[in-house]
Amino acid sequence: MEVSNQKKEAYYTATQMQLVRTRFFGNRSAMIAGSILLFMIICSLFADFLSPYDPTIKGRDKDYENGAPQIPMFWDDNGFSARPFLHTLEKYRGADTNFRWVYKVDTEKRRYVYFFVEGWEYKVFDFNINLPGKILDFKIPGFTFNTHLFGVEEGGIHIFGTDKAGKDLFSRTLSAIYISLAVGTLGVFISFVLSLIIGGISGYYGGWIDSVLQMFTDAIRTVPPIPLFMCLAAFAPLEWSSELRFFFISCLLGLISWPTLARRVRTHLLSERSQEYILAAKLCGASSTHIIIRHLLPSFTSYIIVDLVISFPYMLLSETALSFIGLGLREPVNSLGVLLQNATKADVLLNYQWYFIPVFFLVVLILTFVYVGDGLRDAADPHKVK
Amino acid sequence: MSHLLEVKNLDVKFDTDEGRITAVENISLSVDQGEVLGIVGESGSGKSVTAKSIMKLNPGNTSYNEDAEIILDNENVLQFTSKQDLKKIRGGKVSMIFQEPMASFAPAIKIGAQMVEQLLIHKNINKDEAKSISINMLKRVGIADAEKRFNQYAFELSGGMRQRAMIAMALSTMPKLLLADEPTTALDVTIQAQVINLIKDIIKEYQMGVIFITHDLGVIAQVADHVAVMYLGSVVEKGPVNEILKNPQHPYTKGLLQALPDINNLDAPLSPIPGNIPSPLDRPTGCVFRTRCPHHNPEGKDGKIEMKLIEVEPGHWVDQCGIQCGQNG
Amino acid sequence: MGDNLISVNNVSVNFDYQENFISKKQKIHAVNNINIKIKKGSFFGLVGESGSGKTTLGRAILGANKISSGNVIFHDDERDYDLTNMNKQDLKEYRKKAQLIFQDPYAALSPRMTVRDIIAEPLEVMKITNSRQETDERVRDIAAKCRLNIEHLRRFPHAFSGGQRQRISIARALVSNPKFIVADESVAALDVSIQADILNLLKQLQTELNLTYLFISHDLSVVAHVCDVVAVMYLGHIVEMGPSRELFKNPKHSYTKALLSSIPSIDPENKSKAIELKGEIPSALNPPSGCVFRTRCPDPSDGCKQGEVEMGLVEVSPNHWVDQCCVNCN
Repeated sequence: MEVSNQKKEAYYTATQMQLVRTRFFGNRSAMIAGSILLFMIICSLFADFLSPYDPTIKGRDKDYENGAPQIPMFWDDNGFSARPFLHTLEKYRGADTNFRWVYKVDTEKRRYVYFFVEGWEYKVFDFNINLPGKILDFKIPGFTFNTHLFGVEEGGIHIFGTDKAGKDLFSRTLSAIYISLAVGTLGVFISFVLSLIIGGISGYYGGWIDSVLQMFTDAIRTVPPIPLFMCLAAFAPLEWSSELRFFFISCLLGLISWPTLARRVRTHLLSERSQEYILAAKLCGASSTHIIIRHLLPSFTSYIIVDLVISFPYMLLSETALSFIGLGLREPVNSLGVLLQNATKADVLLNYQWYFIPVFFLVVLILTFVYVGDGLRDAADPHKVK
Repeated sequence: MSHLLEVKNLDVKFDTDEGRITAVENISLSVDQGEVLGIVGESGSGKSVTAKSIMKLNPGNTSYNEDAEIILDNENVLQFTSKQDLKKIRGGKVSMIFQEPMASFAPAIKIGAQMVEQLLIHKNINKDEAKSISINMLKRVGIADAEKRFNQYAFELSGGMRQRAMIAMALSTMPKLLLADEPTTALDVTIQAQVINLIKDIIKEYQMGVIFITHDLGVIAQVADHVAVMYLGSVVEKGPVNEILKNPQHPYTKGLLQALPDINNLDAPLSPIPGNIPSPLDRPTGCVFRTRCPHHNPEGKDGKIEMKLIEVEPGHWVDQCGIQCGQNG
Repeated sequence: MGDNLISVNNVSVNFDYQENFISKKQKIHAVNNINIKIKKGSFFGLVGESGSGKTTLGRAILGANKISSGNVIFHDDERDYDLTNMNKQDLKEYRKKAQLIFQDPYAALSPRMTVRDIIAEPLEVMKITNSRQETDERVRDIAAKCRLNIEHLRRFPHAFSGGQRQRISIARALVSNPKFIVADESVAALDVSIQADILNLLKQLQTELNLTYLFISHDLSVVAHVCDVVAVMYLGHIVEMGPSRELFKNPKHSYTKALLSSIPSIDPENKSKAIELKGEIPSALNPPSGCVFRTRCPDPSDGCKQGEVEMGLVEVSPNHWVDQCCVNCN
């Protein structure tokens, strides 16, 4: 009896956020998706640490171009090894292979995989932004590390294989996930700020301000996004540095997608405004500021979080699409779209199937966002609170 | 004479995230042709759930107990699983009218079209016949300009007219049993009086059985022949309406009558029933009313007395806990 | 003005209505030419069906709706406040003294605030208390009067039933020590057993705290039991007004009579049929000229049917006022 009383009391004193959290944790598919998403995000944040090779052209392995994935094993004909290892490869060209370079596996020679090895240098917390105009430049010297999670002494370890130039696909995928998420985050942030301001003013004041702002919002929405993207992206000069391009694409994404979010903010505000407890506060003489901060903002925080999470996949897809057609990010900057671009050639399908591995990650990333967003939306659903 | 509808030992439970909720426990009711059974109860009493069970309209997470029977026209509705069988009942033998008339009508389809559609499902007639039956029904329920209204949308009608139109739609298939779930609660009192008069006339003319669900004892007094008083999913008292209202035996029924403001007796104080209705998750064991019962029977208060209806006068049944605590308290 | 707390003088409230961009502007005549005097300490009932304008009038008296013509005077101990002619400071003072209890216990409480915060909000907004301690004390005090325990204060609204939430609403309305409370359908959404509880609480608080109530309801039986004076409204006009016992025993206006006869009697043997009113309530956009009730009156005189008789209350017995149209018709 005591336990159930405590539980009941916990339920009575639980804030809205706590209730939402409890419901979310009870949703199994959302929790699984959330864990996978979290795992991927953490991996991408530690991309450099986890990558045995530099994802740019500097890290290419000339001895292993277009190489198939090499999966470390624990067991082969010679017995079991607690430490995973790879077989050595030799490049060989001869008459029997039509004078094409192939790799022969030498199962006698083992190369062991070591952990926490030293490898190429990478920087952490290093910002070197070069935007137009001297004022916006800033540099933060970061920390330099060169430890990586795993590596081998000789030869290469390419878990996902390599591409035409010998760049390790595993490293590239990790850094691509990071870049895609970063672009998405920045885009969502820009879109969020804009929609909060415009949707907020529109929804709170109503009347003619609302009508005018809505017409403006709708005008932007009606423009078809892909041609708009293409036009605007094409304006970016080729000389721009990759960071600049990165910012530009993120801003573009944010500027094109804010209308949808603004509309949602406005709708939330309009419906909350007419709630009776708002009228009660007004009848006490509460100022607009008080009503906005104390009542309106908390009321749609949970909705807005849901909207933000759900708009992420769109950002990802838009960036991927842009980069895929060559208008977004470019080499040497990696993004999932850039990686996909490499997978379009015919002989990839026939011979180098591992180029499709990033596709799998893109799909998983988007699906997890969608599941988590759905889970959040179900958890925050007001109709379930009574 | 067998009853038109007989509900025996019905339990209805819902499987929710918070656990298994008992909405209705061990209900037994019966309705005859031409008779009105009123079901009275407050929120959480399970009256709507009972009515919906007759048409198997409860949501998917509902479970009924094995030995429950709902016998309509000699068939056990609870055994029906095929869509064909259920179609025969829903709208055919049994019709339902709801509290919120906007909920019955699809907002984007004209009223006439909906009425005709319903008729075509249940009766073997053509469109023209269905149309003329519908228009006649609209006239019968007192809607002036029936032809014009036939071609209108639900939002074009006022509240009272929509309720009449819903009654017309429910009656057009000539059901044997009419379930009315709080049909007048959302109406103004003058409109309510009109609708009640209409229902009474129709019952007399068509001789159908009616289950009338409401929380308003005044409406029950005017409309019903028999009454079942429900509290938190159980029937605590049932019998002829005169008996129950003039000679209530269960403390809950007595409490309800004392809490009611009676316009003919302005000097009587309003005595509320102490306490709150427990949540369905905390349904008391034994007598469900014991947490608020004014009497002090130690066995009853501990939940040791099982609920069971006992006949105290011919046709007048009261839950045994209510009788026992009345004797001791 | 001796012992009147509120004087409503010739008040009309109209709303602008425009169906869409291009249709012409119309006016909704929600409240027309109302004259009421609410005495100190009274429990004034305002009765009517939907479209009668009772809620609009109640909110206009509180200053939540703009009064189109006429004025409302609040006779406080020290001075009078004229609602149509108030500066910001006066409005702030008035807000402390006049409060509203809502109908819907579920929508009237913010689901994100604890009960303590909900009740304390008026104190904080109106800057009535100076320290958190003082606020807490005040909140505990008023919560106890409304029979809410200390543990309840920490909880959120989702933990409470309809009746308990209504008590929280009442506590919130009372925390600023008002003199005048408008209860707008405050018991309509509650179960019968809880309704009686809240009504008893309101009466008890009235004696304890010296309150004056304007009780708006569509439920005549409830009004008959708790109110001492009742005004019956139809389509924005008062058709009858007087002491409640007198009015319910001897209704003079046809509408009042029809309303009373429509209440279904608890006595099953009393099967008298209600006086049926033909038709529906007319739209407030285009009310009938003359007596607004003439389109549904069961027995109108010829002149009245043409709309020739103007509306106006006449006193038929001490303090019992009836619209003159009905006095003439009968």
